[in-house]
Amino acid sequence: MVGENGMEFVSQIGAGVTDSLAYLGSLAMLGGRAAYYTFVGPFQGKSLRLQSAAAQAMEVGVRALPILSLITFFIGLILALQSAYELGKLGAMNLVAKAVALSMSRELGPLITAIVVIGRSGSAFAAEIGTMKVSEEIDALEVMAISPVHFLVAPKFLAMIVMLPCLTIWANTMGILGGALFGVTQADFTLGRYIQASIESLYLRDILSGLIKSVMFGITITAVGCLEGLSTGGGAEQVGRSTTKAVVISILLVVVVDLVFTAAFFFLGNG
Amino acid sequence: MDQEHPNLSEAKPVISLRDLRVSYGETEILHGIHFDVRAGETLVILGGSGSGKSTLLRTLVGLEKPSSGQIWINGKDLAAVSSDELYEIRKKTGMSFQGSALFGSMTVGENVALPLREHTELEDSTIEIMLRLKLEQVGLAGFEYHLPSQLSGGMKKRAAVARALAMDPEILFFDEPSAGLDPIIAAGIDQLILELKKAFHMTIIVVTHELASAFLIADRMVLIDKGNIVAIGTVEEMRSSAQPRVRQFLDRVPEPDVEGELDYLQTLTERYRRHR
Repeated sequence: MVGENGMEFVSQIGAGVTDSLAYLGSLAMLGGRAAYYTFVGPFQGKSLRLQSAAAQAMEVGVRALPILSLITFFIGLILALQSAYELGKLGAMNLVAKAVALSMSRELGPLITAIVVIGRSGSAFAAEIGTMKVSEEIDALEVMAISPVHFLVAPKFLAMIVMLPCLTIWANTMGILGGALFGVTQADFTLGRYIQASIESLYLRDILSGLIKSVMFGITITAVGCLEGLSTGGGAEQVGRSTTKAVVISILLVVVVDLVFTAAFFFLGNG
Repeated sequence: MDQEHPNLSEAKPVISLRDLRVSYGETEILHGIHFDVRAGETLVILGGSGSGKSTLLRTLVGLEKPSSGQIWINGKDLAAVSSDELYEIRKKTGMSFQGSALFGSMTVGENVALPLREHTELEDSTIEIMLRLKLEQVGLAGFEYHLPSQLSGGMKKRAAVARALAMDPEILFFDEPSAGLDPIIAAGIDQLILELKKAFHMTIIVVTHELASAFLIADRMVLIDKGNIVAIGTVEEMRSSAQPRVRQFLDRVPEPDVEGELDYLQTLTERYRRHR
């Protein structure tokens, strides 16, 4: 016996699921078209906008370095403190370096990088493209026979899939240095020995799995930011809404993608 | 409507609309639009706010998909072409947007040069010359290094026209060319449209609700109301039309059955009370 309210509830769930699937479909389509213009287009006479991509890479990547360095350095330090709390009891303080290095490069490096990039660039993509949508500039591109995906999204896509792994490597390094600050001051490491211990505890696959994830994060963030921008309705307040949505949805999807890939690596025996 | 402009009636149609219907979701905006635009004529699409005239223009340039009917442009049906073909058609058309839609991050010169850089293999130096020429045509010589934000409303409109002209289009579309401009600047834009018409014999389609401007630039006019064509004809035919709806629009008679502001407030509050 399902009452009227029950039916409504079920149908709302149904509508929610279809909407979410449709949204994922649009994301995949936008990501796919951006990938086409980046990897296939150049061989079919559709020039790759390297200049624009370089400018985006500067904005997305290089300008994010100071804030990312600070955050990941602190995260590394926090990780060292937290693991030392437990490892110290076991008298295994020398494992702190390993704990920090592993959790940074496998998980926190890519994730923290993605979240910083969402805050700086995912939101900016949505705001930039949303403003262009509201002022008819996207329509103007279309009418001039210039694909907005080719012109606007593809350079961002290229910049993100190149810069996110680079930023992630940087984040890993800064995290390890953050851990080293603890190791040197509190756990009888010298800086050289701490770094030595970190490097020895890492396998290539630890770093690679993090980098693969970071590329997927880059694709996700670009697709969400640009899709939210492109689907902005009329009016300036809609730009604000798109920007907020881009950030919230990107964070959610990055965590989901993270889970999927971590699980995949785990079950494929890489873990 | 039978006696049409003598010089233009023989010209073949460049654009033919056949029973064009456009819907946003469930609501149909245009209910079967049917007319021809002839080569070299200036057609003004007149209509009030919400009449569907802007939707019609957006459909003509392929920004909206019709729900049924055909839009023939140079022998191709816009409703059925692939996106590559649509882009080919668009390279031969230009559009000046209501808010000019210049790219804020590029200079005026880069804005005008953009379609040339995208679609032609021309040398930079040739493009430079061409963009100067286009800017001169719209009276903006020497402004190529300015950013759109440094221009006045009228100048932005002119720059947008220069960009629309960049590819030497066969058909030029204008969305509300005088919107948001003072009467003198607006008259300047009308003058510019007339000059373009004289110099290039382009087919020009203008959407507007400005009567003075419409009568000045048009060869023929289409009056649209609530998604239907009310009247179509030459300037003289429209002026002398006895159709009540045409007269109402041209003589600027307010809608008789529109509720007064107080009535509206009353209905609102009543509805609110009932809801509670």
